[in-house]
Amino acid sequence: MLDDIFNELDVVFSNLDDLPRIGVSLALVILAGAISRWQRADLERDLAVATVRSFIQLVAIGYVLELIFDQESVLWTALLLGIMITIAARTSARRGHGTPAAGAIAFVSISLGSVATLAVLVVFGVFEFKPQAIIPIGGMIIGNSMSVASMILDRMPVDLMENRVLIESRLALGATSRQASHPQFRRALRSAMIPHIDTTKTTGLIKLPGAMTGMILAGASPLEAVQLQIIVMYMIVGAVSFTGLIAAYLTYRAYFTSAHQLKSVAPPSAAG
Amino acid sequence: MAVIEVRHLSLSRGGREVLHDISFDADANETLVLIGPSGGGKSSLLRCLNRLEEPAPGTVFLNGEDITTLPVTELRCRVGMVFQIPAMFPGTVADNVGYGPALRGKPLSAEQIATLLEMVTLDPALASRPADQLSGGQAQRVAIARALANKSQVLLLDEPTSALDPIATRAVEETLLSLRDRLGLCLIWVSHQVEQARRVGDRALLLDSGRVLKIDRVDRMLDPENGDQLALAFERGLTRAEAQADRAAAPAQES
Repeated sequence: MLDDIFNELDVVFSNLDDLPRIGVSLALVILAGAISRWQRADLERDLAVATVRSFIQLVAIGYVLELIFDQESVLWTALLLGIMITIAARTSARRGHGTPAAGAIAFVSISLGSVATLAVLVVFGVFEFKPQAIIPIGGMIIGNSMSVASMILDRMPVDLMENRVLIESRLALGATSRQASHPQFRRALRSAMIPHIDTTKTTGLIKLPGAMTGMILAGASPLEAVQLQIIVMYMIVGAVSFTGLIAAYLTYRAYFTSAHQLKSVAPPSAAG
Repeated sequence: MAVIEVRHLSLSRGGREVLHDISFDADANETLVLIGPSGGGKSSLLRCLNRLEEPAPGTVFLNGEDITTLPVTELRCRVGMVFQIPAMFPGTVADNVGYGPALRGKPLSAEQIATLLEMVTLDPALASRPADQLSGGQAQRVAIARALANKSQVLLLDEPTSALDPIATRAVEETLLSLRDRLGLCLIWVSHQVEQARRVGDRALLLDSGRVLKIDRVDRMLDPENGDQLALAFERGLTRAEAQADRAAAPAQES
């Protein structure tokens, strides 16, 4: 019995052989805390919470991933992706205060955008449906989809309510709700997409992206890393486009009735 | 047959009754002015007539047809609306005037735009000017031309002159009345000013707290000597309760 426990602990500590390096990087956080205290920025507590939380969350997810990778189970992989999408949707929905069914809009847009992108990548053989590939790739896709859905849920309701007179003037001239709110739809989609498009435009010029950096640090050749990074970039642009379109469509629909009437919904303030 | 017939119309918003059992008719070649204190339901009533708001229960008929049986986009072409603040769409005056027909794939020609601008007494040369460079009075006329471009039979006017100076107000009033006579329009005009109601209206509907208090000819209801005292009291900015108290107090002061 005791041998079993010692064996387990051995495995745990052998998997954490990076602890000294983590310790050195932690020294930088302590230095940041000291600067905060010196400058009376009052960030020490937040820094401590963020450091401990991120350590616990990442170690936990590391063990969960180890478990799932060992299982090679489609069900476990799908379950983890489902949990990631649910958390992303809940986070995104908080941006849409006042929007009817904001949670459903966030969930449907993030899940459809992410699943459609993953399906294309798997069906065309870009990645195998193995947890080692699907979970990290899915995480990147879901994370970026979440930021687009959040941006649309944050901006579009404010834009619709601020332009109520303009929109109702269009409706009163016989425009459908889609025609009347087209400028707001377009603006929301553009403001959500432009950061991703700009990041894609400047990739490699301003900073080396995460996937590429990770591969180079793990010993892959830069050209191999570049190939993966190109795939990742294009896939993210695809995912944010799908998600953005679906989120913008569902958000504008939430603000109109079937008789093309703009609903009276108290929107969140512009400040969020 | 009346162009607009309203029967037992009610409207609730957020659990509060905004309009209660409203019934009236409005004819072609007629201006019906809606008067009453602020918050009495005048603008809400107007918005029910082109279904910018959905009344329930109650029925509105347009030339005898229940408006809920018409496609809502067609209804809003036949029943045009001019708002208190004329929101100009991005683009030129011509883009604004031709907005409705362009939506339906029937863009107006330059001649048709010029004719519409002349109808609202604007210089046709304005057609190419950016719409955001117009004065308040010009913008309101463009908004009227924009509604007429849809060949509206009814114009719903939600305090169309309240943001204009007195000269522009009189000019817009004259334009609307001349269009009414020329095109046989039915004008339903929300006004805060009893004086304006006297100038433009044929009949007046007095609305307070979402209820019709009276419908009568303007010259009878708003006669300064023998008109309805409640209607005249609103001109002085009194609420219904204040006006009634005012009426009750008047004989006591005389005795």
